[in-house]
Amino acid sequence: MSTDHVVDTKRRRFLVNSTSVVAAVGAGFVAVPFLASWMPSERAKNAGAPVEIDISKMQEGQLVIVEWQSKPVWIVKRSAKTLSDLVTLDDKLSDPASAEEQQPAYAQNANRSIKPEISVLVGICTHLGCSPTFRPEIGAADLGGDWLGGFFCPCHSSKFDLAGRVYQGVPAPTNLVVPPHKYVSDNVIVIGEDGEAA
Amino acid sequence: MGNLMAWIDERFPATKMWNDHLAQYYTPKNFNFWYFFGSLALMVLVIQIVSGIFLTMHYKPDGAMAFASVEYIMRDVPYGWLIRYIHSTGATAFFVVVYLHMLRGLMYGSYKKPRELIWLFGMFIYVALMAEAFMGYLLPWGQMSYWGAQVIISLFSAIPVIGDDLTLWIRGDFVIGDATLNRFFALHVIALPFVLVFLVIAHILALHEVGSNNPDGVEIKKNKGADGIPLDGIPFHPYYSVKDIVGVVVFLFFFSVVIFYFPGGGGYLLEHANFIAADPLKTPEHIAPVWYFTPFYAILRAVPDKLMGVGTMGAAIVILFFLPWIDRCKVKSIRYRSVIFKVNLLVFGISFVVLGWLAMQPATEILTMFSRIFTFFYFAFFVVLYVTSKNESTKPVPDRVTS
Repeated sequence: MSTDHVVDTKRRRFLVNSTSVVAAVGAGFVAVPFLASWMPSERAKNAGAPVEIDISKMQEGQLVIVEWQSKPVWIVKRSAKTLSDLVTLDDKLSDPASAEEQQPAYAQNANRSIKPEISVLVGICTHLGCSPTFRPEIGAADLGGDWLGGFFCPCHSSKFDLAGRVYQGVPAPTNLVVPPHKYVSDNVIVIGEDGEAA
Repeated sequence: MGNLMAWIDERFPATKMWNDHLAQYYTPKNFNFWYFFGSLALMVLVIQIVSGIFLTMHYKPDGAMAFASVEYIMRDVPYGWLIRYIHSTGATAFFVVVYLHMLRGLMYGSYKKPRELIWLFGMFIYVALMAEAFMGYLLPWGQMSYWGAQVIISLFSAIPVIGDDLTLWIRGDFVIGDATLNRFFALHVIALPFVLVFLVIAHILALHEVGSNNPDGVEIKKNKGADGIPLDGIPFHPYYSVKDIVGVVVFLFFFSVVIFYFPGGGGYLLEHANFIAADPLKTPEHIAPVWYFTPFYAILRAVPDKLMGVGTMGAAIVILFFLPWIDRCKVKSIRYRSVIFKVNLLVFGISFVVLGWLAMQPATEILTMFSRIFTFFYFAFFVVLYVTSKNESTKPVPDRVTS
């Protein structure tokens, strides 16, 4: 080897570094399709078709569960007494006026519903996704004697009133979600589609 | 035979590996009962891999077929019930031996310099094991599988901004469904076992590089004979390989008792609600994770705020990674440490067990209050340790191990 042949370490380091950076960027691009494959498939996205439900046979105080996007959706027919009770709860709730966007604009009212007596809610707790239990009985001893009816989550004890509004001092951060829904006739609700503002 | 070994050794370091890790790996001669659990954990890993391979031959990772295929394994596959009970009991056994193994590390200071990396690899094993157990628990597709997974995946929704998209990405659907089950199956049977085996190899290589600690916390490499062998060291094989077989026999006795007489563990190993197929519309009345997750679950329930609760639970695990730097005491073994340390460790152990019990109870106000108190004690262990360990009044450590 000739004596004047000196290794240019600076240049060698530059080449090694730039090769590594290009390889890392390439690896990043290759990762994209694999990571993206975990997002909901087209089939899963299409499965969320709207569902129709006839509420003409519902009794006051009754809860009906329908499945929409594989989630439980509750429809509750509330009595006049329940509606007047809801107003008295405001100071025990985290978000009594439904300021958080957990409902479409047409359900952002005192009853969180289009028709005052009919409540439509996604029955999944906003804490960690359990489905709360319907507890309509007024004064239930295990929920405190002043319970006015509502929903109780068995997983982590979150409480909601009969409009799906969350109580203070429980782990759930927000009110239950009101799904997009509309009335196609007086007694038929379509869940999963927005209607005109009512 | 000798010629064959010579032929192999020229091409593959078989004899060298045997000597480095077994026949000439010098181990302190004063190991006690607590030193069974490392080798037992390794054996349970093998049991889980073998029984798991055979379960995959009959199981269907499909939302519509999973529950029925587990019942098929239980009723129709020859000895399917036995293979499944070995696997389900093995999960519990794994955590039993790992928790005892970790307690051993706490008592004898096995996480301290120069063994910090052994502890870190071990903590990564523990976290990977929790992920492995959690994903495996979804596969039977019962009510507890479904709602347990729903709760755990929803933990990620507490992360600000990206939380909801992250949970959607993990589930692969708007709720837990076939997509979730299928990917959890892939992770449970391929990805995580690979990670676990790799970490176990790293854990053992790091251990054999620095040498084992012992109940006295004395470095045996400091006192070597003329032949360069530690005076207090004995070769792992045959001395400890034979001793560990005794541990294996005792372990398998208890393991068999559970498999053949109490496979459901009174609802603690196989929860009652899991004998009902997953129903996305109805959460079981009382939902609790399997016992090995319960201490952390109690910490989650103790905090009445979603983000803070998830953060506190995560911190309870993350803080364990930093133990080698939180404990600043030079003396390793509990035998020569102060009363403060002994009391502190005892309170920590009791808190861990009590939290585990609390999480299995329905959350009443008084029990939530206890969860908060013991969550405080759990974290107080690390604070007290950090503050008191720097200038701890310790007993003199002997130069050689005591017998």
